[in-house]
Formats: sequence, C-alpha cells, structure tokens
Amino acid sequence: MAKITFVRRTGQQETVDAEMGTSVMEAALDNDIDEIVAECGGSMSCATCHVYVDDKDLGRLAPPSDTEIAMLEGAAAPVKPSSRLSCQLTMTAGLDGITVFLPEEQY
Amino acid sequence: MTQAQVVIVGAGHAGFTAAASLRRNGYAGAIALITAESCLPYQRPPLSKGYLDGLREDRLSFRPEHFYERKGIELLRAYRVEEIDRTAKAVVPASGESLRYDHLILATGSTPQAARLPGNDLDGVFRLHRRADADALRERLVTAREVVIVGGGFIGLEFAAHARGRGKNVTIVEAADRLMARAVTPVMSEFFLREHVSAGSRVLLDTPVARLVGGDGSRVQGVELHDGSLVKADLVVVGVGVRANTGLAERAGLAVNDGVLVDRCLRTSDPDIFAIGDCASYPYRNRRARHECVENAVGQAHAVAGTLTSGESQPYRRTPVFWSDQADLKLQIVGDFSGSDRTEVISDPAGRSFSVNCYRDGALIAVESVNRPSDHVAARKLVDRSGCSSPAQAEGS
Ligand SMILES: Cc1cc2nc3c(=O)[nH]c(=O)nc-3n(C[C@H](O)[C@H](O)[C@H](O)COP(=O)(O)OP(=O)(O)OC[C@H]3O[C@@H](n4cnc5c(N)ncnc54)[C@H](O)[C@@H]3O)c2cc1C
Ligand code: FES
Repeated sequence: MAKITFVRRTGQQETVDAEMGTSVMEAALDNDIDEIVAECGGSMSCATCHVYVDDKDLGRLAPPSDTEIAMLEGAAAPVKPSSRLSCQLTMTAGLDGITVFLPEEQY
Repeated sequence: MTQAQVVIVGAGHAGFTAAASLRRNGYAGAIALITAESCLPYQRPPLSKGYLDGLREDRLSFRPEHFYERKGIELLRAYRVEEIDRTAKAVVPASGESLRYDHLILATGSTPQAARLPGNDLDGVFRLHRRADADALRERLVTAREVVIVGGGFIGLEFAAHARGRGKNVTIVEAADRLMARAVTPVMSEFFLREHVSAGSRVLLDTPVARLVGGDGSRVQGVELHDGSLVKADLVVVGVGVRANTGLAERAGLAVNDGVLVDRCLRTSDPDIFAIGDCASYPYRNRRARHECVENAVGQAHAVAGTLTSGESQPYRRTPVFWSDQADLKLQIVGDFSGSDRTEVISDPAGRSFSVNCYRDGALIAVESVNRPSDHVAARKLVDRSGCSSPAQAEGS
C-alpha cells in the first residue's frame, strides 16, 4: 500500500491508501474523490482525470508520454507544468506519500 | 427540491453516468439505477482491449459497491424491466415489484446483431459485448490456435490485433469491400488493412460467410465462405454490428425507428421519458443518428441530468468522439465522416502517424487521427458543431 493525498479546491485534504500497481485515478474512484471523472476508464482518451502534482513530488514521477502531453491539452481546467493524467500515474513504493491537487473542472 | 423519483433502465456508460451526474449536480430526489446483469455496472471498451490482457475484474466496474450506497443511488441488479406502464408511470419487471417513476431514462444500449448465421450457437463461437462474453472468450483463447473473426469492425479488429499478438493464426472475414466501412473513411480502412496484414493476419474482404461448421460435440471447426470454401477455426468471434435495444420503448408505444426517437433535449415522444446512449436516435446534422460510443453515452447522460436538476431543458450538442486501440495504433475520431464531400490527408500514412480531415460544404465535420493525439485534441475544438445545435433541423428530421 502507498499513500496518496488529494487536495480539493476548498483546501480540504484526503489521504487514501492505494494498492501498488493501481493508478492514482483508480485510487480516486475507489475513494469517492468525485473530482476525478475518468470517462474513458484510463485509456488516455478523455483527459477527465486531470490532476496537478505537488511540486515536491514532480521529480519522483516518470515523465509523461507524448500522447499524455497531447491529451492534456484537451483538459478543461488550465494546464500547468505540474499537470498530469492521473490514469497514467501508477503507484509504486517510490511514490508513497505523493500529493495531488484537484482541478476545478474536468469537462 | 421535491422528492422526485428518477428511474434509469440500463447501467452501462449512459445509465451509470446519468445517475452519477444527477448527484454531482446536487439532485436531491430518489434515483434508481436498474441493470439486468448481476454484476456491478461496468464499462465495455476494455472488453476487447485491456481486459483480454488480464486487466483485473474489479477495474472493469465504474465504481466500487459502496459508491452507490454513499451517493444514495438505489442499484437494482438482475432486474430486467419487461414493460413500461405509462399510465401508472411505473416500470414492470417479469417478477417482483414494479417501480414508480416521475422521470424515466431509457439507457438500454444495444445488442450484437443476432447473426443470422447458421451455426451461430456452436461451442467456440463468441460475441464480445458483455462481461460474461469476455470472460468465456478469455478462457478459450488460451488453447485456441485458429481464430476467425467474422466482421471487420472496431471490436473484431481490436480482438484480431490482440489474438495475433498472442501468436494465434488470425483470419478476418468481412462482407464489405473495406474494413470499418461504417465508421471511417476509405483512406483509414486502407491503412488498417495494410497494418493487420503486415502483422500477419489474413484479411478476406468482399467475403460473406455462409455458415459456421461444427464437428462432434458441436464444437466449431470452421467457417464456410459463400463460395463453399472452408476456413479452419477453433475459435470464432462474430462482430457484425449491433442493434439498438428498443423493445421496451416500442411496447410502450414510444416512437421508434432504428433507435428510440428523441428530440434535441433527448426526450422521447413521452415528455417524462428520455432516451440516451446507444439506444437513442437523435437529431444530428440534417438527419438522425445513433452514435455507439462512450462520449455520446456520457454526453447525453450529462445533458439529461442537467435538464432534470435545473428544470430547464438542455439540448445535447457535443460532437461524437471515438477511440480504438489496435496493437500499437491509437485511432481517435472526432465527428462523423458520413456525408463528407472532401477529405484531406495530413502527413503520411506510411509514417504510421497521420490524420484525415473530412469536410462538407467547406466545413470541417470530422477528423480521424492515428497516433497523432495532438491533431485529435485540436480537432475537438475545430470540428463544426453547428449541425447539432440548429433548432430548425432538429424537429424536422
Ligand atoms: C467490446 C466493446 C468495445 C468498445 N470499445 C469502445 C471504444 O473503444 N470507444 C468507445 O467510445 N466506445 C466503445 N464501445 C461502445 C460503447 O461501449 C458503447 O457505446 C456504450 O457502452 C454505450 O453505453 P449505453 O449505456 O448506451 O449502453 P450499454 O453499455 O450497452 O448498456 C446498456 C445496459 O442496459 C441493460 N438493459 C437493457 N435492457 C434492459 C432492461 N429491459 N432491463 C434492465 N436492463 C436492461 C443492458 O443489460 C446493459 O447493461 C465498445 C463496445 C464494446 C461492446
Ligand atoms: S481516464 Fe481518460 S485519460 Fe485518464
């Protein structure tokens, strides 16, 4: 298990346990983090699983693929350097304790 | 908000999203979500993609069980609605209690076309539409060697790419003269044909199937073509398109014609009943269309949820978006190419990364992209939506 902290727009935080190998998107859906919609179920086709990764954690992540970068352009909320598709962030021991901020809107 | 009761028949992408979207919008009335299946509501696209590679079963479900409880969504499983009693405003199952509604949403989806193929029910012949199909297929694929796919549409081709990747001998038999003919331009069909052939699959175009042939124990042994020749098979997947599930609506006297007919706000001929997703035929550019894709199901669900929460009719005006993953090729489509009068190919198909722009009367109406997600994302903003938001044509069609 690894911990993920989701920070809502209100500043309210929620820390959940995620199984190794599952994605941040899946952990969100399992724990009623409604800000993640994930219409395409994680196949990089919708960009409704957009999150902002905390700057302190950016260095721990594998870089986004070209497809992910392109799909992020379609996200509804503003895209920042810390933007990622949460379905592409797979939990590993190295990501334990990661914090992600939830965007205002997904579509 | 009064305690209105919304009943949703069908818990696929459209029905599930309608329920979730109502709560997200703050809808306070009762919501019942009905599914004829006994498992938790799940998404279908992975059934012909990641699920075959061993995607975990619980990952197929939209949400875990506690979601429904926490959201106050009454999930009725293994509940098949047989009739709609419009006078009593209730849905009626074969056995068990009827359920009253104030607003009814039909999200009954579609069913694989009952292939009128003799031998369709032989052992080893599969459809790929429900989770149970994928489970059975996944198991049988382990030992299969000779795989024949009847129908060269998205689902058949996705499965073909998967089976070929696992070293099976794959033959795709298609009655039309090109692959995915209903959904993509000839340029795209041509490209995918070359790709499947070079991956090692055999593709027979213009080739209607006469029947499926069984051996002892009624296990499938081959596929007989119209010219009498036989293609050996120990596993057959039939993917020849789907038909909208309109039976309920028809029996209730709603207007139906290849789909439940709805207006721009997705209302059926009964104003208290909506229809969304694969089963709904809606006004789309000068004509009626049924778009069988997630984006359409989800977008229509949001529109109806918006109407029911705001009390103001919200027209549906999204452009359909579709994707298909076949081996390392990611096909993404915005819009609907049918009716286009000019196409333009951007970049070179030989590079396995290109787009096809489709125009009608000078307006961009669809963009098909292969391994070019940036074109796809740009297209979502560029494709002309005027066709689906003009009030005049909506009612007239
Ligand atoms: C294998 C496969 C792969 C696909 N891949 C893609 C893809 O890559 N991209 C994409 O955009 N789309 C894809 N699609 C299409 C997409 O899944 C459908 O467009 C979408 O599921 C439509 O949603 P829906 O809710 O309208 O219908 P469905 O998902 O078909 O759900 C309808 C539900 O209603 C239930 N039902 C029907 N009648 C009754 C009744 N009388 N009582 C109770 N329950 C009832 C059914 O059992 C079913 O569960 C794929 C489909 C399949 C089958
Ligand atoms: S869930 Fe669709 S892109 Fe992540």
